[in-house]
Amino acid sequence: MATVSTVSTVSPVSSGSGPVIKTESLRKVYSGAPAFGGPPGRPGGPPGRPPASASAPATGTAVKQRDAAVNSLDLEVERGEIFGLLGPNGAGKTTTIGMLTTRVVPTSGSAFVAGVDVIADPAGVKQHIGVVTQTNTLDRALTVRENLIFHGRYFGMNAKRAKAEADRLLDVFRLSDKSSVGVDTLSGGLAQRLMVARSIMHRPSVLFLDEPTAGLDPQTRLSLWELIRDLNKDGQTVLLTTHYMEEADSLCGRLAIMDHGEILASDTPSGLKRSVDADTVATITASGDPNALAAAFASAADVVKAEATSRGVEVHVRGGRGIVPRLMTIAGDAGFDVSDLSIAEPSLETVFIQLTGKDLRD
Amino acid sequence: MATALIDQQNAADVGPAGAAARSAFIALLARDLTVVRKEFGMFLARTVVQPFMLMFVFTFVFPKIGQGVGGGAGAARFSTLLVGGVVASSIIFQGIQAVALPLVQDFGYTREIEDRVLAPLPVGAIAFEKVVAGGVQALIAGLLVFPMGLFIPATKINLHVNFLMLIPVMILGAFLSASLGLFIGTRVGPRQVPLIFGLLVIPMTFLGAVYYPWQSLAPLRWLQVAVLINPLVYLTEGMRVALTTGVPHMNSAVILVVLLGVGLFLMRAGMAGFRKRVLS
Repeated sequence: MATVSTVSTVSPVSSGSGPVIKTESLRKVYSGAPAFGGPPGRPGGPPGRPPASASAPATGTAVKQRDAAVNSLDLEVERGEIFGLLGPNGAGKTTTIGMLTTRVVPTSGSAFVAGVDVIADPAGVKQHIGVVTQTNTLDRALTVRENLIFHGRYFGMNAKRAKAEADRLLDVFRLSDKSSVGVDTLSGGLAQRLMVARSIMHRPSVLFLDEPTAGLDPQTRLSLWELIRDLNKDGQTVLLTTHYMEEADSLCGRLAIMDHGEILASDTPSGLKRSVDADTVATITASGDPNALAAAFASAADVVKAEATSRGVEVHVRGGRGIVPRLMTIAGDAGFDVSDLSIAEPSLETVFIQLTGKDLRD
Repeated sequence: MATALIDQQNAADVGPAGAAARSAFIALLARDLTVVRKEFGMFLARTVVQPFMLMFVFTFVFPKIGQGVGGGAGAARFSTLLVGGVVASSIIFQGIQAVALPLVQDFGYTREIEDRVLAPLPVGAIAFEKVVAGGVQALIAGLLVFPMGLFIPATKINLHVNFLMLIPVMILGAFLSASLGLFIGTRVGPRQVPLIFGLLVIPMTFLGAVYYPWQSLAPLRWLQVAVLINPLVYLTEGMRVALTTGVPHMNSAVILVVLLGVGLFLMRAGMAGFRKRVLS
C-alpha cells in the first residue's frame, strides 16, 4: 500500500496538546429495551449489556455492574496512538465507542473528543471523528465511488475535491477496479476496507474502529491490521475495540482491559503482561485429577500459582530456571502421566484471567 | 511527517459548526435526490400508475361506457373536481412512500442510517432533511397529475387555476405528507409495512374527499365530521379551491392553517421518533 500518499489525508486535526479523548466517570445505563439506534448488538443479547453471566463475581456490586453497561469510565487517549479496548462481548466496549461517537447518550459523567464536549455539542464532535461500526453501513443505493464522494460532501468538501479525494482513496485502498459497482457486490473484506477509506476521508482527529476484524478471514484480518498500522504511521489516532487478544497485542500501543462496563487495567501490552505475577506460564496436560496435579505443583519452588483450567493445569512461575524438567519430575513423582507440557510468556489472556478469574473466550 | 502543514489544511476543513451543518444538510439532500434520479424509472412507476388508473377509469372509461359519475354535464364537473383530488392523494401517497419506506428498511435491516447519523449536523436536522427530500418527491408526484388531467378525461374539464392558493397548498401538502412519512417511518417495524397501506393509506384516500367535495357529505353529518381528522381532506379541499370555481369548499384560511399545523406537529413528533431510534 502506498503509505506515503495517505499522509496528506490522515492527520491530527489540530496541534492542540492534551489527550484527544478524555472521559471522566462516564456511565451508561440503558433504560428498558435499548433503542434501535443503540450500539449494534450481536444476536442473542441486548447491546452493550453484560450477559447475565454465572461467572460474574457474586459480590455486592454485581447488581450495580449489571445495570450499567458502562460504569465510571475514566479514559485518556493521546494523539497519534492506537488505543485498544479489550474485553469479552458485553464488556461495554461498543457502548463506550457509542458514547464517544455521539450515538449513545451518556447517563452521567463527561467526555471530550478533540476538545469538544460529547454531551453538549454532539454535532461538533462529529466533525472530528471517523467511525467504522460493526455493521456494514455503506450506502446501498450508491456505487463504491459515490459512497466516498457523498461522504466527502457531507463533511464539507465541494464536489470537485470530493471526487478527486475519492479517486485517490480508491487507488490507495486498492478499490479502483470496483469503483462503479454497487456496494452490495463487495466481499466482507472489501466492504470493510471501503468503510475504513470512507471513515478517514474527512481527516478525523480520531478513527473509531468497533471490532474491525470480527468475522473476517485470517488473511483479510492481517491486511486490515497492516492498513491500520499504515494509517497510524501517518499520524492517525485510532481507538479500536476487540475481543481478540492477539489483535490488541499486535496493534495497540496502549490498551484498557474492560469487563462488566469497567476498566480493570490500562497500560501498554508489555506493561500489562509484566503486571502478571509470573514471567513464565506452563500448561500441563496429564492423566488423573487435574486439581490434585495443581496441588502438587503449588508447593514447588518458584511456583506462584497452579490451577486446573479448561486447557490443562496452568502453572505461574517466577524466575524459575529449568522449570520444565522440575515440573516433569514433580508430576512423575506424584504419579501423573504427562501427555503435554508447554511454556509461554504471560499473554494478555493471562492478564485477563488474573484480573477477572475467567477466560476471555468464555 | 509534516504535521504543521497538514494541520493548517485541516483547520480549514473543520469550520464553524453552523457552516458544517448547512453543507452537510445540502449534501444529504443532494444524495437523496441523486438516488431518485438514478432510480427515476422506479420513481415514475410508483408515482404515476395510481393517479393514471384513477383518471383513466373515472374520467375516461366511465363516461365512455355510460356510467359517468354525475351523468352528462355532471360528468364534466366530476372530472374537474377529481383532478384536484387525485393531485392531493398523489402527494400524500408519495410523501409517505418516499420517507417512511426507506426509513423502515434502514431501522429494520440495513442500519445504513447509522452512517448518515454521523454526518456533522444535529440529529434533528437529519430527520428534517428526510422531510425536505420526501416533500420534493411528493411535489413532483402531484405535478405529474396535471398533464394526465389534460389528456386523459373523455369529457371537458374546466380548471380555473388560482396560483396564490395552488402554490401554498401544494407545498404545505407535500410538507405534511413527508412529515407523516417521517412519523410513520420512525414508528413502524418492517413487518408492519403492509398495514401502512391497508390501515392508513386506503382509508385516508377513500375518506379523504378525493372523489367528492367535503360539503357534499352533508347528508351524512356524522361522517362529514368524522373525516375532519383526516389531513388529506384539507389538502383535497385546498386543491379544489385552487383549481375550480363553483364547487363548494371549506374556508381557505382554515385549510392552510390546518395543513401547516398538522404538518408541524407530525414533523416534531417524527423528529422525536427519529431521535429515539438512532440514539440510545
